[in-house]
This record gives sequence, C-alpha cells and structure tokens, in this order.
Amino acid sequence: MEYFIQQSINGLTLGSIYGLIAIGYTMVYGIIGMINFAHGDVFMLGAFMAMIVFLALTTFIGGVPVVLALLLMMLVAMLLTGLWSWTIERLAYRPLRGSFRLAPLITAIGMSIALSNFVQVTQGPRNKPIPPLVNGGVTIYGTGITIAYKQMVIVIVTAILLAAFWYLVNRTTLGRAQRSCEQDRKMAALLGIDVDKTISMTFVMGAMLAAVAGTLYLMFYGVISFTDGFTPGVKAFTAAVLGGIGSLPGAVVGGLLIGLIEALWSAYFSIDYKDVAAFSILAIVLIFLPSGILGRPEVEKV
Amino acid sequence: MSETQTLPKTGALLSVENVETYYGNIRALSGVSVHADAGEIVTLIGANGAGKSTLMMTIFGMPRARKGRVVFAGQDITQLPTHEIARLRIAQSPEGRRIFPRMTVQENLQMGASLDNLEFYDEDVRKVFDLFPRLKERINQRGGTLSGGEQQMLAIGRALMARPRLLLLDEPSLGLAPLIIKHIFEAIKELNKSTGLTVFLVEQNAFGALKLADRGYVMVNGIVTMSGSSKDLLANPEVRAAYLEGGRH
Ligand SMILES: Nc1ncnc2c1ncn2[C@@H]1O[C@H](COP(=O)(O)OP(=O)(O)OP(=O)(O)O)[C@@H](O)[C@H]1O
Ligand SMILES: [Mg+2]
Repeated sequence: MEYFIQQSINGLTLGSIYGLIAIGYTMVYGIIGMINFAHGDVFMLGAFMAMIVFLALTTFIGGVPVVLALLLMMLVAMLLTGLWSWTIERLAYRPLRGSFRLAPLITAIGMSIALSNFVQVTQGPRNKPIPPLVNGGVTIYGTGITIAYKQMVIVIVTAILLAAFWYLVNRTTLGRAQRSCEQDRKMAALLGIDVDKTISMTFVMGAMLAAVAGTLYLMFYGVISFTDGFTPGVKAFTAAVLGGIGSLPGAVVGGLLIGLIEALWSAYFSIDYKDVAAFSILAIVLIFLPSGILGRPEVEKV
Repeated sequence: MSETQTLPKTGALLSVENVETYYGNIRALSGVSVHADAGEIVTLIGANGAGKSTLMMTIFGMPRARKGRVVFAGQDITQLPTHEIARLRIAQSPEGRRIFPRMTVQENLQMGASLDNLEFYDEDVRKVFDLFPRLKERINQRGGTLSGGEQQMLAIGRALMARPRLLLLDEPSLGLAPLIIKHIFEAIKELNKSTGLTVFLVEQNAFGALKLADRGYVMVNGIVTMSGSSKDLLANPEVRAAYLEGGRH
C-alpha cells in the first residue's frame, strides 16, 4: 500500500507537468481545430530558457535565493517562450489559415523539427545539467512515504497556475473572447472581436503554461536536452486526447491520469515499457472513446 | 451616366453600391445597390435563396464584395476587417441566430457588449430584459439549450447590447409565435422612434415587414428588382402576388 501511494504521488507530480503542457494542445485545437505538433518543442524551449536564466543568475549575480531564482526562471521563460510562440503563429500558421486542413499540420511538424534543430545547433546536442535547486523532502510520519520538496513545488505551482488560468478563461474579457472564437469565430467577429489577435493570445497562453512546465521539468530532473520536447510532448498530447481534446479540465485530468498510469506501470510492470503504456492508451482512447473523458460529442444543437 | 443613379443620397448612413458577391465561382449578388438613411427602417424581402442573407454578411465583409462598395457614415468599409466594421457600431442578428452554445444567456449578452467592455452592461441589459422578460428567467442557462424562439430573442438582445447605430436583422420573426413577432416588431418601431436607430430588416414575413418599414427592396436571384416606399410596395400587384397573398397575417 505504501508503495502504491508513493508511486501515485510520483505519478501525480509528473502528471501535473503533462497537464500544463496538455492545456496548450487543447486550447489551440479548440480555437482553430489544429494539432500544434510544435508544442512539445515549445515546452523544451521553455526549459532551455529557464536554464539560461539560471546560468545567467549564478554566473553574474552568484548566490540567489532558490525561490527568487525559480520565480525569475519561470517569468523570463514564460515571456520569451510566449514571444517565440507568438512569432511562430504569426509567421508559420496564420498565413495558412483557410487553406486545406493538412497544411497547418504539416507546417507544425516542420516547425517542431526546426525548433529542436535550432536548439541542437545553438545549445549543443548533449544533455545540459544544472545543479539541484531544491533538495530534501518530508517523510510522512509512521510510513515510508516521502514527498520531495521539489514535488511539492510542482504541485503547488501547478495548482496556483491552474486557478489563475481558470479565472482568466472564465471571468475575464480576454477569456470570454477566446471562448467565443472557439464556439463561433464568424459571430465573434460580427461582435467586434479581433479573431486573429485572440488566436495569437491563445498560442501565447499555451506557450506560457508550457514554459512553466519546462521550468518545473528542469528543476525536477536537473537536466534537459534538445530531444526532450518529443516524449513529454506526445504524452501531453495523449493526455489532451484522453481528457477530451478541446476541454480544459479534460487536459488537466488527462495529464494526471497519464502521469499516474506511467508511474504505476513502471512500478508494477516494466519501466522499459512505460512509454509504450502511455501511447497504447492513446490508441485505445482513439478507438473506443474518441471524444475523451470530458470531451463533448461532435454533434450538438447549435 | 447610369453610375450617377446609384450614388448614395447624401445623408445615407449605409449605402451598398453595385455590389457583386461570389461563393467560389457562383455569383450570389449582382450589381446590388441599397441604402438606409439615418433613422429609417428599411426592409429587404425575397424568396428563399434570393441572396438576402448574403447581402447582410457582405456588409460585414464575410464574404467580401468582389465588385462595388459598401459605405457606412461616409467611410468606405468594403475592405475593412470584419471586427472593425462591427466597431463602427453596426450590429447584426444573423441568420441562424448563432448563439454561443456553451455560454450562458448572460455571457452571450456580455459578448454583445464587448465593444464598450461592459461599461453600459447593467443599463442595457435591463432594457433587453424589459423587451424579453423570458431571457431574464433563463439568465444562467446555456445558449445551446434554449428553445429556438428564446435563441432568437437572445440574438436580437445581443445585437442591441452593442448600442448599434445600424441594426441588421436577418429574419427576426423566424420560429417565433405570432404574438412575440408582433411584440418584437413593436419594439423595433419603438427603438427607432425613441432613439433614431436605423434598422435594416430582412424578412420572409413580407406583410409584417412592409407594415413596419419606411421603405423596402425586393430581391430576386441576387438582383434588386423593385424598391419603393412600403406603401407603394404593399399596393403593388406584383409584390402582392409573389409575397403577400396567402401569407397575409
Ligand atoms: N456559404 C455558401 N456557399 C455557397 N453558396 C452559398 C453559401 N451561402 C449561400 N449560398 C447560396 O447563395 C444564394 C443566396 O443565399 P442566401 O442565404 O443569401 O439567401 P436568402 O435570401 O437569405 O435565403 P433564405 O430566405 O432562405 O434565408 C443561395 O443560392 C445559396 O445556396
Ligand atoms: Mg437568409
């Protein structure tokens, strides 16, 4: 039982990161019906931004309190990654809007390759390590279950971010504009909503969440490489599909589930097959539950 | 020479001049010219597929006119982005109502007030609820679950929330009970009288529309075939035969 709980905690931590990335997939899909295959690489880019900020802090300023360092890493990574994503949408996706359905998809795959190669060329092909930022943890009294502080950081940051994000989407003008474009872009335009700008903002918001996910990933594993966009990216995409693509709560639930499944699979079956487990779920969901757990069926009364 | 005939009358709030609109290669509007003066109620009648809704959407640039011009308050808006056209305070209750299905009634009305960032929301929403008390009862219901008639009321209410200078209504009576149609037409008249709101009304219900409007146009196959004061059109035998007889009341 202890082992199960321990593994579940690990899974939920990992799942938080997947959930943050999955929101970006699901939001972009919701608003323009496109799978942004470059989103995993945007996440990886965010992690690199955070690493560069960390290196800059330690090189030029020396010792910085960990909390401040983490905050700065997240903020700068969010800003720069948001800007990257805005530019990508502007240059690569927007000109193709209204062309045949496959065109933006292919461009997104191209953009994914371009991004990871860009990072490979500029940052080198090897793993980039950073020293551990957050050490230690607590053992729950009377059990062997430990929760690392860095796991707590991940869960707390994710929770705060999700709350802020929920507020943004459901209670602000920008969020309402965003939801209106998701439901009927033409009508939104008739009401004075700048649809292109709203789509840009959607990419930026998704990228910012991915940047935080990247920062947390870097903090947790202490290492990042240019290939690290792929596997977490596909898992987050699986999470989005599992939760029901287009659904924001679905992305979070899907992320947590994928994290749990992965951790428990590694614990009880074979760690070598943990990625296979995650991707098999993608296939199974697509076959038996195409609209996901919280997704809505395609047809509805409008 | 014939061009001068289609120039807008001075003072026209909206003038559509020689507009041609296509869907792909198929022409839906050919040389359409209509106008609405400030403070007028103008109606456009015509059979199914005549191009009425196409004209309403062409004013917003969706689809864009391939030839001709659309002028609003002296400004050429033919190539203006759709949302900027809306920001000139042209509001539309479009064909098919286009309620946001996963937003509540309240949120749909808030969407209508987007231009002013909800500045006049409380004041304006009260007026909409006076007009359609039914919407008030349903304020937290999702748009997609409203009945057809309730959606129609919401579409009109949402358009009014934009504080429009020009209100485009595409078949507001569709799917509504006769009593409510009467209520809506009276409300339009009242708004027009008290605030000088200019209304461009597309209707199947030709008799009601012509009764309400100052002037009217008749459209057949993407061409405006007749125009004149409502009184003349109501008396015109061709109009009577095609749009009024049998459909009266
Ligand atoms: N999106 C579209 N693509 C292709 N053709 C279209 C499209 N929308 C309308 N049409 C065609 O353009 C013509 C005019 O259609 P429109 O909707 O403007 O007619 P309408 O006068 O509003 O008719 P109704 O009274 O039935 O609403 C029709 O022949 C219609 O089939
Ligand atoms: Mg129509």
